[in-house]
Amino acid sequence: MLSKEQCREIIARRIAREFAQGDVITLGIGLPTEVANYIPHNRHVIFQSENGLLGIGAHDETAGDNPKIINAGGGAVLTKPGAVFFDSSTAFAMIRGGHIDATVLGALQVDANGNLANWMIPGAFVPGMGGAMDLVVGAKKVIIAMEHTNKGTPRIVEKCTLPLTAAGEVDLIVTERCVIEVTPQSLLLKEINPLFSLEEVIASTGARLAIDNRLKRWELPEAV
Amino acid sequence: MIRENDTLMVGGFLRCGTPDKVIEEIIKNKTGQLTLIANDTSYPEHDRGRLIVNQLVKKVIVGHIGTNPETVRQMNSGTLEVELVPLGTLVERIRCGGAGLGGFLTPTGVGTIVEEGKTVMELDGRKYLLEKPIKADVALVYGSKADRFGNLFLDGTTRNFNQVMATAATTVIAEVDEICDKPLNPAEVTIPGIFIDYIVK
Repeated sequence: MLSKEQCREIIARRIAREFAQGDVITLGIGLPTEVANYIPHNRHVIFQSENGLLGIGAHDETAGDNPKIINAGGGAVLTKPGAVFFDSSTAFAMIRGGHIDATVLGALQVDANGNLANWMIPGAFVPGMGGAMDLVVGAKKVIIAMEHTNKGTPRIVEKCTLPLTAAGEVDLIVTERCVIEVTPQSLLLKEINPLFSLEEVIASTGARLAIDNRLKRWELPEAV
Repeated sequence: MIRENDTLMVGGFLRCGTPDKVIEEIIKNKTGQLTLIANDTSYPEHDRGRLIVNQLVKKVIVGHIGTNPETVRQMNSGTLEVELVPLGTLVERIRCGGAGLGGFLTPTGVGTIVEEGKTVMELDGRKYLLEKPIKADVALVYGSKADRFGNLFLDGTTRNFNQVMATAATTVIAEVDEICDKPLNPAEVTIPGIFIDYIVK
């Protein structure tokens, strides 16, 4: 049984290997933010933030109570060489205009058609969509980072029951158990964590999975 | 300059780049029944979040309320109307309002509840929502520096919504950290002074 922290690290480490040299990436708040900690050292990528920053660096330990440079979660950050500040209108021109190579976002539900629900549970949790709807529509590749189930209840389902963030935009789902590609025909299981059997993955998934002929097993202990 | 029932745009992303002092004056004057347009409703103990806590706002038009439990509480109790707008759509609606445009077509929100009540147009095989411009009676914006011409320089990530809001209200009040006697270097001006009506320090 993996702890929540182990699950998050596995997911973040796997997604961190997904990017190409020079990619511009926007990370969502929470688990997606942790992806930045595991980017391979020889891989140069640029992180963008919807509040108006390209070239996000590490957390700024020296910033005071009310920093002038923040990320979209409100945390103080440093800038990397080549960084740029801009206003929200330019930030969303980058996002909607197809200038972001990949975005990583959390999810409440993802379904067999690549629909994503991650912004509200009616009557219980209504934080607002923020920039998520724009990101999911505009980024070239949409990667979902989430624990495979919500305390046993599948998050990958045939059809989302929660209000959608966007229809048919998800490309890849990464959980602590597996990697699933959303294709026009099916949800294709591409990779599996050897700590879980194929039967366990299928049983904890609420949608039908097609199994890739070249299903890859992660090499441990990299994943744990 | 700010009256009951006004529609107010307030710049800032969470606490970054917010006109804190002017907000405190509104709270002191108890100017209520405001409609607040902003990126988010900040935190209960800070800036525009305090407008909510002091129950001076009847409606918010924002992208995010998750950092202010008081917004959620008032929404659930029915005393505060909340219109949630995707942030890319919100900033573009404000930009259109300030730029004399009649609206725009965005793919954001297609197939979601954001689509409800809106015109959906299909162009070259892709669906878009028709979104309309938005303006305000007063915009409160933040600047790091101002000169005597009203030109503003905004440092770091303080630009956020300030830059477009300065174009989209009848009266624009800029709160700045510093007023410079010498004109700013033209290449360093973030917001041209013609958009600014008053400067407060």
